[in-house]
Amino acid sequence: MDAFFVTKNCNTTLITYQLNNNQMVSRFLNLEWKSFLRSMFWQKGVLINIIMAFFVLYFITIFLGIGIGGYYILKKELPTKDPLKIINSLLFFYIIGDLIIRYLMQKLPVMNIKPMLHLPIKKKKLVHYILTKSVFSFFNIIGLFFFVPFAFVLIKEGYDIPNVLGWLSGLFFITITANYLNFLINKSNIALVILATILIGAITLQTYNIFNLQHVSLYLFNGLYENPIGCILPIVAVGILYFLNFKQLASKVYLDNAIAVKAKQVSSTDLSFVDKFGDLAPFLKNDMRLIWRNKRPKTVFFMSFIFLFYAVIFFTNDVYQEKMPSFLIFAALFVTGGFVINFGQFIPAWDSSYYRMIMSQNIKYRKFLESKWLLMVAITFVLYILSIPYIYYGIDKFLMITAGAVFNIGFNSLFILFAGSFNRKSIDLSRGGFGNTQGMSATQFLIIIPMMGIPMLLFWILDTYVSFNAGVIAIAFVGVISLIFKNYFMNLIEKKYIKDKYATIHAFNQTH
Amino acid sequence: MIQVNTVSKRYGSTEVLNINELTIPKGQSLGLVGNNGAGKTTLFNIILDLIRPTTGEIINNNVVVNKSEDWKTFTGSFIDESFLIGYLTPEEYFDFIGDLRGLNKEDVKTFLNQFDEFFNDEILGERKYLRDLSKGNQKKAGIVAAMIGNPQVVILDEPFANLDPTTQIRLKNIIRTLTENNEVTVVVSSHDLSHVTDVCKRIVVLDKGNIVNDITTSPETLKELESYFSA
Repeated sequence: MDAFFVTKNCNTTLITYQLNNNQMVSRFLNLEWKSFLRSMFWQKGVLINIIMAFFVLYFITIFLGIGIGGYYILKKELPTKDPLKIINSLLFFYIIGDLIIRYLMQKLPVMNIKPMLHLPIKKKKLVHYILTKSVFSFFNIIGLFFFVPFAFVLIKEGYDIPNVLGWLSGLFFITITANYLNFLINKSNIALVILATILIGAITLQTYNIFNLQHVSLYLFNGLYENPIGCILPIVAVGILYFLNFKQLASKVYLDNAIAVKAKQVSSTDLSFVDKFGDLAPFLKNDMRLIWRNKRPKTVFFMSFIFLFYAVIFFTNDVYQEKMPSFLIFAALFVTGGFVINFGQFIPAWDSSYYRMIMSQNIKYRKFLESKWLLMVAITFVLYILSIPYIYYGIDKFLMITAGAVFNIGFNSLFILFAGSFNRKSIDLSRGGFGNTQGMSATQFLIIIPMMGIPMLLFWILDTYVSFNAGVIAIAFVGVISLIFKNYFMNLIEKKYIKDKYATIHAFNQTH
Repeated sequence: MIQVNTVSKRYGSTEVLNINELTIPKGQSLGLVGNNGAGKTTLFNIILDLIRPTTGEIINNNVVVNKSEDWKTFTGSFIDESFLIGYLTPEEYFDFIGDLRGLNKEDVKTFLNQFDEFFNDEILGERKYLRDLSKGNQKKAGIVAAMIGNPQVVILDEPFANLDPTTQIRLKNIIRTLTENNEVTVVVSSHDLSHVTDVCKRIVVLDKGNIVNDITTSPETLKELESYFSA
């Protein structure tokens, strides 16, 4: 009797905890909304938000522009062909490419449900929730910015409305298919190899005219347009893939499985070759590991090699050559300056998470700073060596790059160290690289003015009133002078850092 | 060894620390106890010159800590995980600290040997970054790093928290050995009254930034402290 009573009692309590479906969804949405409102995004400075908003708008505009204008551009360039058919013949490649990008960048946000696992919510519901939520991912929406306006234009140009709508919804569901397919194959490297092989193979077959995949693509997607009912196929595919995802994930919602934080096995690289730098060695080793083992500095490191190509845009455009040669200096500075600018601007914030420890250790601040300086100079030098092929664009261009490199090594490396003493925003190294604006402040925008402005102005004045050579020499001269007086400037920089020590410690500790 | 002279710290109108006088002689082990917000960590941060006191000064072995940095050569400390460099393995971290304290790789290795038992095979040779270790294991690494290079002063904030019982006992032994010859001055803070009374020869109780009790440890100390904190 007692036992029965207890069970019954338990049941009633359980029932009161079970929310109905609608309540659950509204709660999830509520949480989602809060996480959006309270995310880092809104806690950044106004300036950064404006710039971010600008970039987002820029991309949306570009996609919309292609979506709206694409039809007419194709019509104008290839008047004999049907723009829709051209698009259709390329869609196959687009989808494979999309899958590869998804494979590399899109992950199912499983960690979001960790704090809910122990709450009285059915696991199935949580799985449905994350799977549904994934539909609203950036990767699915960005394509629509092209497809939707393109479909509108098609209708306006007299294509049959039901067919266009069938085509559009077919593509939408193919996107969602890709979305769910990606989560299934994401764990295996074989999938990536297969995808890459398909894409490269398809492009090769296409270029050498061995097998015309454009025809296949055209046949498939034109077929979709002709028979709009065909959009049922991807809908079914979405259903099946959703079910498979659900099956797979529902059995894995455990902390030691899908929701596990993976700790990688690490292998230490022998960095004893830097030991010859004596006192600097421990810091150099740290800085190298900092760059190699954390996403964000690693991105910065690779980005600086991409900056190498920056000047190609400027050197191949005669407008700059004829009308505003000082912009060539701007480009030349970027060729070798990528690392100094992108890495240097966040000194000492890279070390913010353990700054207090560094400050309580028996170190000379000088060594800490010199290590960063040496790293910037060394990498700038490597970038300069790699920039030698620019001779192709003429010896004058290469002289500009040389002057830029000397300026970067001499002046900019020191200047950015000095500017770093104004950095008060910490950086969480565990966060990703791209589009991460953590650690940014007005400092980063202000420092670029003298770093780029001084050489541009120098060059502009001397090139206009004296000669090209005088302009280039003047830039290099400033670099050499700075290098000669490096110790003097380093003393000033060191003093500034020591003076600001407490403020920096305090600030870095805040955001932690 | 450490002299605290009329040190106070204010943030706006709130005073978080106000110590008129506290002298810790060489070789003493001092336990700092107090509830949250009592000012323990603030005091440590001031001793390590990580924040500036509003008034007064700290003298560590004749060095005024915010005037000269010479105290750093003989002071080892571990406050919290932010003292660790997350992207290094424990070995690399120890080497780094060793480098800063004038020890080479071999010296560091020999030094670490004595902590084999304390590490319990969970720190060395695990091929993990410090950021991927558990809180307890991070703490172990941090505590040992604070002792690299024979420091004359060792400062540990909450060293017992997050450690498993076995490791807590081992840590107590380590601290006892450290202060055995009255050579090394150790200052620890703790919320665990029995641990500090076990290893420290002197207990200082902080409350809202003030020293409210200063006891030389005796068998009755634990009782005394318990009755103070339950009141």
